[in-house]
Amino acid sequence: MIPTQAQSFSMLLVAIAPFLTAFVAPLVKRFVPQHAGWVLALIPASIFAYIFSFIDLIAQGEKLRFALPWIPMLGIELSFYLDGLSLVFGLLISGIGTFIVIYSGGYLSGHQHLGRFYAFILMFMGSMLGLVLADNVITLFVFWELTSITSFLLIGFDHSRQASRRAAIQALVITGGGGLLLLAGLVLIGFSMGTLDISTMLQYPGFMAEHSAYLPVFILVLFGAITKSAQVPFHFWLPNAMEAPTPVSAFLHSATMVKAGVYLLARFNPILGGTIEWQVTLPILGGITLITGALLALRQTDMKQMLAYTTMASLGMLVMLIGAGSKEAILAAMLFLVAHSFYKGGLFMVVGAIDHETGTRDITEVSGIAKELPITFFGAALAAFSMAGLPISLGFFAKEEIYLIAKTFEWQHWLIAIVALVGNALMMAAGAAIAIKPFLGPRIATPKSPHEAPLSMLAGPAILAVLGIAAGVFIYQFGDWFFSPSASAVYNHKVSNHLGLHFDPIPLGLSIATWALGGLIHWKLETVRDILRRIARVWTWGPDQGFDQFMFGLVRFADWITRIIQHGRLELYLILVFVALAGAVYAPMVLTGSIPPMPDVLPQLRFQEWGVLLIAALGLLAVVFGRTRLVAIVSLGVQGFAVALIFLLLGAPDLGFTQFMVETLSVVILALVMTKLHLDQRDNRVFEEVIRDGGLALVCGIGLTMLLLAVLQTDLDTTLTEFFTKTSVPIAHGRNIVNVILVDYRAIDTLGEISVVMTAGIAILALIRIRAGGPKRGIGAIKKAVKRATSSARKTRSAS
Amino acid sequence: MASSAATPKDLPPAMLDVATSAADWVIVWPIALPMVGAAILLMLRNRTEWQAPFSFAILIATLLANFSLLQTVFAKGPLTMTMGDWLPPFGISFTADALGALFALVSTVVMLVVVLFVQSEVEARETKYGYHPLMLILLTGVSGAFLTGDLFNLYVWFEVMLIASFGLMVIGGRKIQLDAAIKYGFINFLATTFFLIGIAYLYGLVGTLNMADIMVKAPLVENGAIASVAALFFLAFAMKAAAFPVNSWLPASYHAPDPAVSALFAGLLTKVGVYALLRVHLMLIPQSHGQLQILIMAVAVFTLVLAPLGALAQTNARRALGFLVMGGIGAMMAGLAFGSSRGILGASLYAVHSMLTMTALYLTVGLVERMGGTSDIRHLGGLYRASSPLSILFLVLVFAAAGLPPFLGFWPKLVLVQSGIELTLAENSLAVHQWWVVGALLLNSILTSIAGSRLWAHIFWRNGREGRQSEMPNDRIKMLDRRGTRWGLWPTAALVALIVAIGLWPSMYIRAGIESANDVTRSSGDYVTSVFGERTQ
Repeated sequence: MIPTQAQSFSMLLVAIAPFLTAFVAPLVKRFVPQHAGWVLALIPASIFAYIFSFIDLIAQGEKLRFALPWIPMLGIELSFYLDGLSLVFGLLISGIGTFIVIYSGGYLSGHQHLGRFYAFILMFMGSMLGLVLADNVITLFVFWELTSITSFLLIGFDHSRQASRRAAIQALVITGGGGLLLLAGLVLIGFSMGTLDISTMLQYPGFMAEHSAYLPVFILVLFGAITKSAQVPFHFWLPNAMEAPTPVSAFLHSATMVKAGVYLLARFNPILGGTIEWQVTLPILGGITLITGALLALRQTDMKQMLAYTTMASLGMLVMLIGAGSKEAILAAMLFLVAHSFYKGGLFMVVGAIDHETGTRDITEVSGIAKELPITFFGAALAAFSMAGLPISLGFFAKEEIYLIAKTFEWQHWLIAIVALVGNALMMAAGAAIAIKPFLGPRIATPKSPHEAPLSMLAGPAILAVLGIAAGVFIYQFGDWFFSPSASAVYNHKVSNHLGLHFDPIPLGLSIATWALGGLIHWKLETVRDILRRIARVWTWGPDQGFDQFMFGLVRFADWITRIIQHGRLELYLILVFVALAGAVYAPMVLTGSIPPMPDVLPQLRFQEWGVLLIAALGLLAVVFGRTRLVAIVSLGVQGFAVALIFLLLGAPDLGFTQFMVETLSVVILALVMTKLHLDQRDNRVFEEVIRDGGLALVCGIGLTMLLLAVLQTDLDTTLTEFFTKTSVPIAHGRNIVNVILVDYRAIDTLGEISVVMTAGIAILALIRIRAGGPKRGIGAIKKAVKRATSSARKTRSAS
Repeated sequence: MASSAATPKDLPPAMLDVATSAADWVIVWPIALPMVGAAILLMLRNRTEWQAPFSFAILIATLLANFSLLQTVFAKGPLTMTMGDWLPPFGISFTADALGALFALVSTVVMLVVVLFVQSEVEARETKYGYHPLMLILLTGVSGAFLTGDLFNLYVWFEVMLIASFGLMVIGGRKIQLDAAIKYGFINFLATTFFLIGIAYLYGLVGTLNMADIMVKAPLVENGAIASVAALFFLAFAMKAAAFPVNSWLPASYHAPDPAVSALFAGLLTKVGVYALLRVHLMLIPQSHGQLQILIMAVAVFTLVLAPLGALAQTNARRALGFLVMGGIGAMMAGLAFGSSRGILGASLYAVHSMLTMTALYLTVGLVERMGGTSDIRHLGGLYRASSPLSILFLVLVFAAAGLPPFLGFWPKLVLVQSGIELTLAENSLAVHQWWVVGALLLNSILTSIAGSRLWAHIFWRNGREGRQSEMPNDRIKMLDRRGTRWGLWPTAALVALIVAIGLWPSMYIRAGIESANDVTRSSGDYVTSVFGERTQ
């Protein structure tokens, strides 16, 4: 099916509508302060419905490309590509987004910047939708960086705290920096494949693997993906991003944005995947991230931090699976992706609710609140159920599918399965802790007396939790709709839907091992945490500290280098300029071998010419070695007079007289300035400086002279001279050619120069008449206030 | 513009026999209008209340003229008018191609916004001593430089521009201004002098000053000295453009004058240097480009990386902006170093972006200064709460300057990265080195966003001043008064709106850039024809 213009436009609207809504969000908030969340949620809800309407078409294996012109000259279109993968992502973003918007209304109820918050989160949603739907890689990149920018604003939403500001900048630097490398990768792949459209690239799987630019493309794209998806060693920004309000953590840093890197890898799997580099790098990175994240999660007592680290672990799992690249692994990745979004989004909202209602989110400070928050408990329990992969939740099928990899009996796949098993068990323990510890057991006092959260904060976790189970119950139907089409899109071949309850000894055995291990860890959680903390006390350095050291070092380095190049001393700047001048003159002459021969003029000089030369040389010596500046100025005039004499001798009396005038005036004016303004007449330079400055001047002067000699090797093209000589009298009616040039041939230059003189006059007038202007309106008021205060203090002191 | 020989016997053909058509006069209006306007305003200098409205009217007329010029150039190709009806190359020609006309138009837009902004801060004594005439003269110089087709005439406009900017720099008469003006003045006078020396030598080699004529004759020069002459031009223009290592005057001077004046300088002056680089090195003496390429690449890389580091090291917001302006120069240098048509496209797009964005940034920081009473970021804070419009403007501009999408700066960055990567795939000895330039372009973006977000966090996000009171509300914030809002905030917001709009719908902008790049690369084609007519060439 080829979409019509109208359909393309409505697909564009999917990405744009949230932005447009963002503009009116503060207004909506003002008019319906209590229910703004519900009203604004209509937009993501309708986007969800719209994308959902394509589900049958996509399930049949159809791929839709919507394109609107944007920058035709650069081959950039606003094009969107809907296949199984982007459909699943689109539905997750808009679906979870709907609940997040509703949830925000409850969570931040009464916050003075709630309107602004809605605007940011809607903008983020639009960027994310654009990212996953984009077909053109440049369009994709535009939305990619927009998610970084909106995430920057959202992490720093609580802007008065230093920690939030730091986390926001950190996330921007890491994800934005990775994004720029991604840009280079995308541009490179664009040139290599001759297209910017992903849909076209997908038609040539394996093309890049053979291409000489494969390795740089792979590395650049990989950096984009692993910074965004918080893989080791770029993971540290994710836990810090938990400074953001909880709805943001639930949406951006668990369900959607951090999955953008995973999306990118999945999207490019047919184009870049299947190579040794891909199949080695990704599983290793993913595996390390999985285990690191899961272990770090158990160390925490802040429930949000626990969830953040398990999210990181899950992202590692996804990267590992995509790297493995087999049919089962891809299908498993898709199942795990959706299952994770459901339960993790839900759990974040649960933790937010606990925090909101009890005033703390430390797992050791809350206990036994199930009676007060029954629905929250229900949501938490079901989510943890799916997280643990207990039958027959969606998480269960995801886990089974992961363990199916082991059936090939290759050692790499067994290794992946074992790593996945350990990771799953650790995550299960963390999830169980969050679902059980705060709700069951003895009641302990909390900062706020807990009661059930408002409806807006319950809808999300409850529905997501139920969905996590329902998807498991109707797994075959869901497989048809979502998992098989999306896996097919990533695998680039049909991945048939075999999901259902089968008895298969290997996966089931591994699952049972997972539950056993997970249960054990949960049982011994305190001990495990203790051990991990003890390790943390010894091993204090991590990339997070590394980031601080890097930033600190960067600023120090910047400071140092700026002080070197921007030292503020004019004479050194000038020396640099003249050194550059010497370089510009000499270097090309030497390199091109065009150093002119020494002209044979000295013996031909007549007596009077020797005299002039002597005057000039004496003048110059006096300039360099003159004791006072006044002497130097006068000597410069002497040298100028010598030049004027040369003009006279060579038959250009006009020029000679002009030169006399200019020199005389310069000397007079300079001398007047020196004496009238009482400037320091002494030349304070020490001898070395005199030699340095004089030598540099000599080098530059000789260089320019040599260049002139080189230029003179070419005969002057005298077209202009001849023309002026012939036409000056008959056409321009003037006998003095110089004058005719000034007032006729090149009169516009003269006009310009007259303006220069006039402007100089204005500038000098301004300089003289309005001296010592005070500070402008407001600016510098502080300094004045301080000065006033000190002077009055001094006055009182002297009075007493 | 055909030439003919309807002159007295024995004489060479001297005058154009076809008068320039009235429509083609549009090329001189962008120069003549502000020049005449400045003269009239000088005569009326005691009528301070007339100055602003009159200069505004002049600028509107100039803007319309620029529009119509750009339209003509797009429709018909480069347009030439030779002064005094002398046959080129004997008279001075104005030749507008897409590059020049585009830059002239954007300069006028910038000037218009700044003249409005001036109303929010100018004092009567300053108006009396020629604030508005100086601004118009500056615009005259800038437009003249963009539209002239004669190398010596370009020098004249450089001088006009320089002296007008010098006047604007000292007009407040504060000590910091004088100190800055000395550094600015010395180094810039030297740069124009080097330019003049270069012109003299080039004249010695080709015997002409007309640009189109140079384009024809320069390739025939077999004297190796042309490389030194080209290097001399490069030095002069790089100083004008404030490229590393001859950049020091810019950060030393741009923070000193009024915000409006710094905004104007940041928008216009350095870009004239970039324009001259593109014109001279890629059009007039293209053979020099190959010889200097490795040098230009090094200059680009250093400027790109060191400039944002400088911004990071500053605690004065306006000084930091000075370094960001420089960073943009590095990006344009990268385009020049590439020299391919995509590279020129990138450079000219970047120049347009830089003119608009840097002006807007300075204006925004000017407002910040007015509200917070200082431009030292350690003493600022709490402006996010105090003025959300201002915080939005600032953030948008910072991201635009860093080249993050979908803001304006992204598109030139993208084109530059593309052209660099395209060249890395090419088969030549420099291909590998191009990665350095690409890397520097990307590093510049990330460093600029670090510096920018740091400024933003200090000025806007943090509640109070640095130190003990950092989390307490900043009590020194003064809200903008009506004059400040009407003449300060609104024009700035309008300029930012323009920047955002171009960023979101860049197709016109990029088309204009492509036309400019075409006019530069199709050297000695349309441009020369437009000057000499079909028959002579």
